Amino acid sequence: MNPFIKIIYINWPLQILILATALFGFLMLYSVSGGSWDPWTKPQINRFFISFILIFVMSAISISFWQKISPFCYILGLALLIAVYFYGDTGMGAKRWLDLRIIKLQPSEAFKISMVMALAYYYHKLPVNKVSHPFYVLVPLLLIIIPALIVFRQPDLGTALVIIMIGIFVMFIAGVHFGYFLFGGLSFCTLLFILFQSRGTDWQLLKDYHFRRIDTFLDPSVDPLGAGYHITQSKIALGSGGLFGRGYMQGSQSQLNFLPEKHTDFIFTTLAEEFGFFGTIGLLIIYSLIVAFCIFSALATTDKFSRLLITGLCMTFFTYFSINIAMVMGLLPVVGIPLPLVSYGGSSMIVIMLSFGLIQSAHVHKNVGF
Amino acid sequence: MSKFKDTTLKSKLIRRVHRRIVLAGLLKASTVALLGWNIRKLQIEDSEDYKLLADANRVNLRLIPPSRGLIFDRLGTPIALNEQNYKIVFIREQAADPRKVLKKLASIIELDQKRQEKILQDMKKRSPFIPITVAENLTWKDFAHISVNLPSLPGIIPEVGLTRHYQEYESYAHIVGYVGPISDKDLKSEKPVDPVLQIPKFQIGKVGVEKKLETHLRGRAGVSKVEVNASGRVMRELNRTQGKSGENIHLTIATNLQKFASERLKGMSASSVLIDIKSGDILSLVSTPSYNPNNFVLGISQSDWNALLNDERKPLLNKATSGAYPPGSTFKMVVAAAALELGLIGLNDKIFCAGFYELGSRNFHCWLKGGHGKLTLQEAIQKSCDVYFYELARKVGVKRIGDMARRLGLGQAYNLPLTGLSKGFVPTKKWKKERFGTSWLVGDTLNVGIGQGFSLATPLQLAVMTARLASGKEVTPNIIKNSNKNPDNPKALSIKENTLVAIRKGMFDVLNEKDGTAFNFRTTNHNFLIAGKTGTSQVRRITREEREEGVIKNEDLPWKMRDHALFTCFAPFKNPKYALSVVVEHGGSGSKVAAPIARDIMLFQLYGGIPPVTAYPEKQQVEARKRLMDIEKKINSRTNINPNI
Repeated sequence: MNPFIKIIYINWPLQILILATALFGFLMLYSVSGGSWDPWTKPQINRFFISFILIFVMSAISISFWQKISPFCYILGLALLIAVYFYGDTGMGAKRWLDLRIIKLQPSEAFKISMVMALAYYYHKLPVNKVSHPFYVLVPLLLIIIPALIVFRQPDLGTALVIIMIGIFVMFIAGVHFGYFLFGGLSFCTLLFILFQSRGTDWQLLKDYHFRRIDTFLDPSVDPLGAGYHITQSKIALGSGGLFGRGYMQGSQSQLNFLPEKHTDFIFTTLAEEFGFFGTIGLLIIYSLIVAFCIFSALATTDKFSRLLITGLCMTFFTYFSINIAMVMGLLPVVGIPLPLVSYGGSSMIVIMLSFGLIQSAHVHKNVGF
Repeated sequence: MSKFKDTTLKSKLIRRVHRRIVLAGLLKASTVALLGWNIRKLQIEDSEDYKLLADANRVNLRLIPPSRGLIFDRLGTPIALNEQNYKIVFIREQAADPRKVLKKLASIIELDQKRQEKILQDMKKRSPFIPITVAENLTWKDFAHISVNLPSLPGIIPEVGLTRHYQEYESYAHIVGYVGPISDKDLKSEKPVDPVLQIPKFQIGKVGVEKKLETHLRGRAGVSKVEVNASGRVMRELNRTQGKSGENIHLTIATNLQKFASERLKGMSASSVLIDIKSGDILSLVSTPSYNPNNFVLGISQSDWNALLNDERKPLLNKATSGAYPPGSTFKMVVAAAALELGLIGLNDKIFCAGFYELGSRNFHCWLKGGHGKLTLQEAIQKSCDVYFYELARKVGVKRIGDMARRLGLGQAYNLPLTGLSKGFVPTKKWKKERFGTSWLVGDTLNVGIGQGFSLATPLQLAVMTARLASGKEVTPNIIKNSNKNPDNPKALSIKENTLVAIRKGMFDVLNEKDGTAFNFRTTNHNFLIAGKTGTSQVRRITREEREEGVIKNEDLPWKMRDHALFTCFAPFKNPKYALSVVVEHGGSGSKVAAPIARDIMLFQLYGGIPPVTAYPEKQQVEARKRLMDIEKKINSRTNINPNI
């Protein structure tokens, strides 16, 4: 089929929803920079439209191609993770960034995609009767745990947990026997218990600041000027938005620098303060629709790779926004996960757009089968 | 049959996958619902409370900046302190017409048109209830004048802030450093961010002790919770959490000595370090020329900054710890110690110096053209014979020389809260191979043997080396009082007493025997006899033609090409208490330039004040009196009091 004709078959509603979310983002960035295109709005717009075109290009490429390169993507992703461990820039007390001259990459973000691809590939190739065989459960588990440990050592606890969550999720969708998940869930709770027992001993498993974050998460009033400050201020911003918000560029919390990271991880609070309940629910609905269209798309595909790929990537997207929103509301600890397509930042933007490129490719080729 | 089974299994699995996708979708939907419910609770149910909080937030949590810890010298004289800074701020929303208010203000204090425009512009950029600083460092008179006129100046609020001020700034600038307004870059490197840093123009340490001990000095911000009305006016204070002022820091520096030393070095590009041998306390650490750190506190002007930056004598550099120089002949003690420890030479063995040392076709010259004749080790140190040490260095080899150098404290940075500490350099064969790709030559070893070539040392390291030789203990320097955990008991160096005695005697002879290179600069007080070593380190290469025609005198060379003058010493000889090093950049010869300076500083410390002229040889007393009186006068006339008070 002519690649230009293929574009007609992409999931248009999804594409339009992506555009709508990004527009929300531009609007908010313009506001937090005090009504200016610099320093955030302009680069964000450029980045978005370049990667928006990328989605079309990617969707025109056959899904079988993406399937073939999946194992290599995984190896590359893992290599980058190791590279960042040794050569990464240290930002905010953690090695997360790899400076590739042109772009500063956060490999742990990109890794999420390649892991989903590899897992989808794995289950696509695995004979049906072996899906729940203990050995064939162990293999993907290692594919998930090893990189997660590397990310955890960076140290980036939040992303490590997200990687595990997404990986396990793909395994779940792939149809692995339910007993494994029950067993895994129980052992996770035990691990959590041990983690807290380790506090203060010399074999302490988490950095002190992680524990402190959890403390203030449980009770932000402990330290109203330190770590709890962020959550308190962010809740005030959210709550004060009310039903209709304080008006565009009128939010005192966000305009006054009470909010930390207001252009990246905490941008949802600005939205909430300036557009109120309608704004936040509006964005939440758009996000949910994106997820819903992905699920429909997954159910409509005929091959296992596409199905797992779409659900896995859709889950990645879902974890981004749900964790971010839960975080700014104080429902989860502050872990540094951006609001997808809205927060300022190149790395997460590109990763998200790449995953939509793959989803669209799977959608376009849903009837090909192989 | 099996194929059939496979297909049923497959369709079963497909159904399971579909089921799970739908199940996961439902889970996601319920998560979204949960989020939505929470948002509803925050934004609709509790919205009124949060709106109040947000309004209150305008001044709700007011940070009370902590007062920065003070820095004292070893006797408790304040060096860095906080002074009251009278300033006025302007809150736009409390004034009907800010322009008019400013005009009125300009009739009371000096406030030119340009500044007024700038203030109005700043206000437009920020929210109406943010206080904008209009004027700082006001005199009490102006401040009082404004306070009286407040009713006619709506929106103007007089405030008293604290600003860092440095006493004795010139002699302490390189140690204490300075604070300056926090920059975005500083803020980025802070993790976790202390909220107090978000106060615009909050001052943090930028250089020196101020920077390195920033977290100790800063303290913790207090918080005052105040209730405000809709227009932002403070109605009452609800409660107040007192912050914690920063810790005070006591340096080991003795101010009188520090001032004397910096006055003595004035006009030169030089540095000196004096260490208490027993405790390792640095009693004085001077680098000249210096600068006025007070200029940095409120932000330095571009032209002043450029002037400091482009000065070829590098006033911003702390030469005592950051300047690494070829140690020259002061390095000969290291070679001597290594040779004696290894038993490669006896105390009475002699080496003949003909004025040069032949190595293949190349001649390595002694500084004394005619040569020294036969010398023992003690004499070789006394006369600083180069040939003797070429021979010795060759016997010991570069590796073992390097080992001894490190043992004596060279080639390493000490754990001091100063910025830009240089490690100096002790060369190795491997390093040369990696750096230049060429093998180590015997000639390189000979050069190292007289402290030329690749090795580098800082004045601080030279002082430590001397202190270690004088005590036989592993003296480590410290600059914060009582920071040394066991000051009375440093580890022994495990160098034989005989070795140390021989080297000390050689150093004693340098000043106290007729042919010593610094005999002119001995002291006549027998309780305070000084032992030391001169050093002259070449910064240029002397060609063969030049050597034949006669080496050009330092005075005839441009400043940058002249030799560095070094001198390192300890005293009193019988019971060593202090070690001192002096380096004068491009000063010429160590014996002529650095030694007399070192004697003055050492005598000052030994006498506990300006030394009497009787401590000097008779012929030098007139000149010494004039010099010392001059310095005394300058020290007494220099008043470093803030002109603003």
